[in-house]
Amino acid sequence: MEYTTSELMVSRAAKELKNHDVVFVGIGVPSLAVNLAYRMHAPTLCMIYESGAVGCVPTRLPISIGDPCLVTGSLAVVPMLDVFNLYLQGGKIDVGFLGGAQVDRFGNINSTVIGDYRKPKVRLPGSGGACEIAALAKKVVITISNSKRTLPEKVDFVTSPGYLGGGREREALGLSGGPDLVITDMGVYSFDPETREMVLESLHPGVTLDTIRENIGWPVKTAKTLQETPPPTAEEIRIVRDELDPQGIFLRSRAG
Amino acid sequence: MTMQDAVRRFVRDGDLVVMEGFTHLIPFAAGHEIIRQKRRDLTLARLTPDLIYDQLIAAGCVKKMIFSWAGNPGVGALHAFRRAVEKGIPRPLEIEEYTHFGMVLRFMAGASNLPFLPTRNYPGTDLTTVNPNFKKVRSPYTDEDLWCVPALHPDVTIVHAQRADETGNTQVWGLYGVQKEAAFASKRVIVTVEEVVDPKVIRSDPNRTIIPGIIVSAVVPEPFGAHPSFVQGAYDRDNDFYVEWDAISKDEAGLLKYLDEWVYGVADRETYTKKMAARREALQADRQMCEPVNYGF
Repeated sequence: MEYTTSELMVSRAAKELKNHDVVFVGIGVPSLAVNLAYRMHAPTLCMIYESGAVGCVPTRLPISIGDPCLVTGSLAVVPMLDVFNLYLQGGKIDVGFLGGAQVDRFGNINSTVIGDYRKPKVRLPGSGGACEIAALAKKVVITISNSKRTLPEKVDFVTSPGYLGGGREREALGLSGGPDLVITDMGVYSFDPETREMVLESLHPGVTLDTIRENIGWPVKTAKTLQETPPPTAEEIRIVRDELDPQGIFLRSRAG
Repeated sequence: MTMQDAVRRFVRDGDLVVMEGFTHLIPFAAGHEIIRQKRRDLTLARLTPDLIYDQLIAAGCVKKMIFSWAGNPGVGALHAFRRAVEKGIPRPLEIEEYTHFGMVLRFMAGASNLPFLPTRNYPGTDLTTVNPNFKKVRSPYTDEDLWCVPALHPDVTIVHAQRADETGNTQVWGLYGVQKEAAFASKRVIVTVEEVVDPKVIRSDPNRTIIPGIIVSAVVPEPFGAHPSFVQGAYDRDNDFYVEWDAISKDEAGLLKYLDEWVYGVADRETYTKKMAARREALQADRQMCEPVNYGF
């Protein structure tokens, strides 16, 4: 069955989620992935949005993280102070999804500026809740496009900490957790347990290692056995297209 | 009190102003009145500046912005904000940047009459190197350092809500955001509401009151006062407008034309609402009532 790259990314990200996971959800691919997992294999996962909605069961695709459909039928609505203090800092979040303008070799994320902070080439929206999710969730899954611009060796600005300079630097500063997986439009990367460097784990169907090397900002290492990312199943594609994003708002480009 | 009177009496040039509401209940009508009354040199604080602060920046009301996420939610960039930061149009904009958690803690510290609050967040982020207000303290109880953010004390906080009585006992359902903390941190509080109700209505369901009348300076009845954001149980978010804003605000001239038509060109929110009757009808919320609870003893 034909599928788009976005649908492949959604399907792959959904595989990171299991029953009883408490998931901090963002908009776009993460939201689709969590809702797909909820409908496919993880009906008891608990979706939390930073706007304060807990245990959401959105009946339409949430356009923003504060969509009213997240409130209707949810298990709880709490002040944002509670979301960050009790749920996130209190250690209740198993998985956080993050994106950004740049992700580097050690999984640090930039969503603040391209160029110098005081004289930015491009001013981006900033952290929002990303910094605290990166610091305080038990594990983080990152989605981003794969290019030299978006995957530089070092980000222009660390908005949200990954493994910083690599090795034990993150732990030494008192942070546990950290990024677990980076899912791009070309492949999937995990992190070396010692060096904490991004390592290519799988290639999407049709993508070659050469293409990856031309589209990343450092000589990336690969896993011993490089896999092919499994394509989305027909049922996954049906749920995404018919139930989650029927208007194609986030997955507009069917050509992928 | 009318919106004109509330803004005239309680919002002053040079004030630190907070208009909160996290995607929900954003007090747009109040923002438009501030633009019409040509307040200047304001410092605006808000987690997500959203379109409301983009409009105030474009109108030349703003000297400085304190924030944590400056984008058009679900759409893209805030163009007036970017023009001000990147090119100084219509005037240079000073920025002071946190994260959502940091902003929430700043409001909570201010509301609690504490100088700061600590968090486990912030090791490793460059935000602490570009904003000297992040400071580290040694925990007096455990062997660790914690980053802190300072209390925020707004001169005036403006919030929109579903209902309040005439003395300002204010009830909200749906997303709470940080309105309670921002209001308690503030010297003055303006509450704008979809409906002013009899105190008996408030007293019939006291658990829903998030802001008590004892901290409120003014109550303004302002139906449809949060459009294009939403009010749970009253009207949906006008997503089409959030998308349209991208094109409206892309160049300065287009944005000023919008302000001429929809802000300077209307006397008040009632006129704005009439001008938008068809859209309001389309955004009307459906009915999903909750189970009543028993407050008896």
